[in-house]
Amino acid sequence: MAKRVTGPEIEKLIQLLAKVPGLGPRSARRAALHLVKKKDQLLGPLADAMGEAHRKVRICSCCGNVDTSDPCTVCTDVRRDHAMIIVVEDVSDLWALERAGAMNAAYHVLGGTLSPLDGVGPDDLNIRGLVDRVAKGGVRELIIAVNATVEGQTTAHYITDQLSGLDVKITRLAHGVPVGGELDYLDEGTLTAALRARTAI
Amino acid sequence: MQWSDEAIVLGVRRHGETSVIVEVMTRERGRHLGMVRGGRSRTMQPVLQPGNSVDVTWRARLDEHLGEFRVEPLELRAGRLMETATAVYGVQAMAALLRFLPERDPHPHLYEALSVILGHLHEPADAGELFIRFELAVLNDLGFGLDLLECVATGAKDDLCYVSPKSGRAVSRAAGAPWADKMLALPAFLGDESRHAADAAALADGFRLTAFFLNRHVCEPRGLELANAREGFVQAALKALGGPKNDQPEEAHA
Repeated sequence: MAKRVTGPEIEKLIQLLAKVPGLGPRSARRAALHLVKKKDQLLGPLADAMGEAHRKVRICSCCGNVDTSDPCTVCTDVRRDHAMIIVVEDVSDLWALERAGAMNAAYHVLGGTLSPLDGVGPDDLNIRGLVDRVAKGGVRELIIAVNATVEGQTTAHYITDQLSGLDVKITRLAHGVPVGGELDYLDEGTLTAALRARTAI
Repeated sequence: MQWSDEAIVLGVRRHGETSVIVEVMTRERGRHLGMVRGGRSRTMQPVLQPGNSVDVTWRARLDEHLGEFRVEPLELRAGRLMETATAVYGVQAMAALLRFLPERDPHPHLYEALSVILGHLHEPADAGELFIRFELAVLNDLGFGLDLLECVATGAKDDLCYVSPKSGRAVSRAAGAPWADKMLALPAFLGDESRHAADAAALADGFRLTAFFLNRHVCEPRGLELANAREGFVQAALKALGGPKNDQPEEAHA
């Protein structure tokens, strides 16, 4: 049996850090050692920040975003065009689109995609909330910005079906060649989609 | 243990941060699962989409292990399938049907049928008809095949227009007339060998017929429901053909 070299508190810290995406047991051990070494500069403030986040973080009842207030900062931002809603799978997608800064719209986070293999059905996603939000009126366009996967597009078609009959324009992201992409390395599906969605120069 | 085979991707489940567990329908070995290391990479994600044809090599120490797949793309259809509702729902609905089959049980004719249908999912009339035939084939392979070639009452092979909900066998117009309200309609394109193009009404009858027997023999005993994607496919196919919504109950009267 291997001898223990640290106390249970540090072992627990390592075990918890190892559950964070991007960290395995070995890198968690390194991170824990770094935190312990910089106890006052890093470990304490980090613990305080995490505790505060734990107390304050909540899911926005309007759009499903994660924030410390409900409704979230995005939903309460009066400078945004709330007649345009971008539907995303996850909060990480919302953040990615905000980084791009291409649209000044509101968002709706679904919380995933329909996935029969994982047992995710329509009731497990925030689709009902989206339909209610659109049905209230005042929404001009819905941009479905889900991943370009079969599951993502199934979800997009399902949402479109659910919103049929409501007076809202529904669009989706274009599929095609990514910036920096080399045609030789692209799959046939992407190339076909890119050719069909070609634009005049 | 190692083998290679042609396969069609049915679904993918995340496994850890970089790997996935892929479910494929192989030509010789039926529905099979295996892990793909690095399956969430940018190069592998487009390949591991439902509907794509791939060449898989499966490896494991023992036959009963999950094993690992090495995947090479053969025909990447997923990009095209995403364009229409019938295609995207169709591929998910057929994958859900194949999940009723036991794992690693060979069904080469279902593999062939799946391969053919995936090429026709953009044409609603063809896709709907082929999908109904696919459901009948799955029912048959599960041991609940329907006999649609001759009348269960008279043995007649002509003018078959009903299916008995009790026996799952065809009934001629004359023999079934007294119980017409209790019978399931047999669409003309299933009833005889002559080529009838399926219209929206015939497709709706066909979907209702297969849904009834799938529910009774396959779903209800297992406490399951037919996949949501099937309903999406049915509605999309009927809508594309300009037919009415298939909102009638799928349970027969007897």
